[in-house]
Amino acid sequence: MRPLDESETTAVFGKLFKFVGNNLKNIVENPSHEGPDSNPGRYCFRLQKNKVYYVSEALVKRATNIARPNLVSLGTCIGKLTHGGSFHLTVQSLNLLASNAKHKVWLKPTSEMSFLYGNHVLKGALGRITENIAPGDGVVVFSMSDVPLGFGIAAKSTQDCRKLDPNGIVVLHQADIGGYLRMEDDL
Amino acid sequence: MAATALSKKKTTKSQKAPPKKKQKNEFFSTKHTATKELSDHSDTEDEEIVQNEDSEGDIGGSDSVSELSSDGDKPFTDDFLQGSEEDEEKGSGSKSGSGSDSDSDSDEYDIEKKSRAIDEERAREEQEADEEMQLNIKEESDEFRLPTKEELEEESERPPDLPSIQRRIKEIVRVLTNFKNLKQEGAPRKDYIEQLKKDLASYYGYNDFLIGALVEMFPVVELMELIEAFEKPRPMCLRTNTLKTRRRDLADVLINRGVNLDPLSKWSKVGLVVYDSQVPIGATPEYMAGFYMLQSASSFLPVMALAPQEKDRVVDMAAAPGGKTTYIAALMKNSGIIFANEMKPQRLNSLTANLHRMGVTNTIVSNYDGKQLPKVLGLNSVDRVLLDAPCSGTGVISKDESVKTSKSLEDIQNCAHLQKQLILAAIDMVDANSKSGGYIVYSTCSMMVAENEAVIDYALKKRDVKLVPCGLDFGCPGFIRFREQRFHPSLEKTRRFYPHVHNMDGFFVAKLKKMSNKKPNVDPSDPPENTEEGTRLAENEEEGTRLAKEEVGLSQSVKENSKRERTKLTKEKQDSSDGATGNGNVESLSTASKWKKRKFPSKEDVSKAREEKRQALRAEKRKKSIWRKDEWPCLS
Repeated sequence: MRPLDESETTAVFGKLFKFVGNNLKNIVENPSHEGPDSNPGRYCFRLQKNKVYYVSEALVKRATNIARPNLVSLGTCIGKLTHGGSFHLTVQSLNLLASNAKHKVWLKPTSEMSFLYGNHVLKGALGRITENIAPGDGVVVFSMSDVPLGFGIAAKSTQDCRKLDPNGIVVLHQADIGGYLRMEDDL
Repeated sequence: MAATALSKKKTTKSQKAPPKKKQKNEFFSTKHTATKELSDHSDTEDEEIVQNEDSEGDIGGSDSVSELSSDGDKPFTDDFLQGSEEDEEKGSGSKSGSGSDSDSDSDEYDIEKKSRAIDEERAREEQEADEEMQLNIKEESDEFRLPTKEELEEESERPPDLPSIQRRIKEIVRVLTNFKNLKQEGAPRKDYIEQLKKDLASYYGYNDFLIGALVEMFPVVELMELIEAFEKPRPMCLRTNTLKTRRRDLADVLINRGVNLDPLSKWSKVGLVVYDSQVPIGATPEYMAGFYMLQSASSFLPVMALAPQEKDRVVDMAAAPGGKTTYIAALMKNSGIIFANEMKPQRLNSLTANLHRMGVTNTIVSNYDGKQLPKVLGLNSVDRVLLDAPCSGTGVISKDESVKTSKSLEDIQNCAHLQKQLILAAIDMVDANSKSGGYIVYSTCSMMVAENEAVIDYALKKRDVKLVPCGLDFGCPGFIRFREQRFHPSLEKTRRFYPHVHNMDGFFVAKLKKMSNKKPNVDPSDPPENTEEGTRLAENEEEGTRLAKEEVGLSQSVKENSKRERTKLTKEKQDSSDGATGNGNVESLSTASKWKKRKFPSKEDVSKAREEKRQALRAEKRKKSIWRKDEWPCLS
């Protein structure tokens, strides 16, 4: 386990910024109630076996006892770093993203399952969409009951979505909670 | 009774007499002669009336019949009564086909005779049918006998005849419940039990060891209930994730999707039991969003017993697939810190996936052997430990049928040995002085005493801990004694759960509180419990002292180690009953050494060293015997 270095940090924050925008400040400075101390500590990012973890400092301190080959996971895993140095977010970061998301999309109940199988979001599935989405922005997908289902990249802006035919793709799928069943071993 | 009396009278008249009625016939024949005399003495009219009344009584109600028999007893009142009733009954007598014709006695007599014959025939058939039934019942109930050797051989050649085996099982159970009265002559109780074991093993598919173990633990009727309960699956349960939702809301959503469910029981506020479901319950969007976890009801129990508080430091030593760990996190509301450890790397994936899915953020997952955890995390460093020990799984036969045939005595003892080591490691990690705890919860999904009560008893002897109530009052208390073993009396605070009593998997939960951080050195002068152990003890003492004196560079701590080794040996002799003690000896040596942070020599080295010492001693003895003349001081 080690802290992220410069290039890794930029990659991670860059990706996060796509989804949460200025709320990134919240993420980094969130007071954490984990750990046995009563004073809330801070969160930090750590790297272990090419996975980036978002952990509170109290946990990090105590995890230093555990040897590197034996440490498997700490706090929340938010994504993986590839060999080339780029960063991909995984579905386990969904809770973190959903609470701080800038761009959101709500799906109709009939089309939830389609997204959970890994398909892209079509125009006909949209229930609601936030304003001012630009193409290439990170979008978090919710169900109508405000349960986060996954996230993806916006293919069209909000204005363009209105003009789209019902089978046009609005959000490109990146990760969804169905992944816990489909790809448990790859997480 | 009156009817039979009447029929018996008729029997004598028509001279058909079944053997058992002979004595009664004699009696009634005297009566009959009395009535005959009466009729002789009286008028023909009277006789007619008598006969009328006879036939009338037979066809009509029993009232007139009883009157008739009472009349038969008192001949002199007969006339009077018959005279008074003559008017009433003549009219009704005209109904009866027989005896209404007052013209000729002989005609009447014939027809009456025929009717009486028919009636008597009918009555006799009834009687015989009754008797036969009685005889049959008697035969079945008294005549169960154990199959002889020839019958058993014959049976083993044929393919197993399941219905007859089942019948035999039921018969043996019935006999055993009322042994004195129903047993076969010369057959001891043991024979019945042996036959029952064989039949149960072949009918339900168990191996001999497991059936033997179950027969030892339960009375026969309860054993049958238990085995039947193992054949059926327990209902599927799920646990609401209180970090994300509430039970009521989740129940509403699931019911809308078409799941038929109910709250689990009054002892759980987060459990739901699923009866059936139109959608796959493990693949709903709510499951994927982490609103609930599929768990068996028995898995709730150890975490409820542990009762972790907020901001505690908790260790879960065998955490995969993570049902209990996520429950602990939910109870702690994601505060404090949880160390979730799992030894097998293949199970780590599901553990981390479940933790992330349920939104648990305060957990560190590690991949260690549980016995090494105290070294990694430090001694006396955490508040609570949950040890859901790896076990033989004899309580979850309804989930995994292979346990019926795959477990043997050796397996149980290996499991027990591992569990003893793990529980000591668990106790060593807990800080006795912690403000909010100092608790260890030990649980297994097995019903064997060797893996449950024996392990707790071992922990009580080895460390300064005591048993406290688990808070699960609806379970059965654990055994204080079992066959020849006697456990500490506080073991009745542990809890056992059975499928046939609680409708859960077989489970065992015990909660220990660590009183102090000291590790007590067991007093070596304790008198051993039997002479066998006494001689072994003496031998080990000698060896121990030899080890201490003659190995190069050994200090006082090693002597203590060897004492501990010896006492551990005695304790293990008391607990386990086969040759695994040899292994246990050396392994306990190595664990003892870890606490002293010494590198102890390996098994082969130790035995080699001992051999050398023995030879050296023999050589010295030989020398001594030569030098005795010079009064060389005794070396031992």
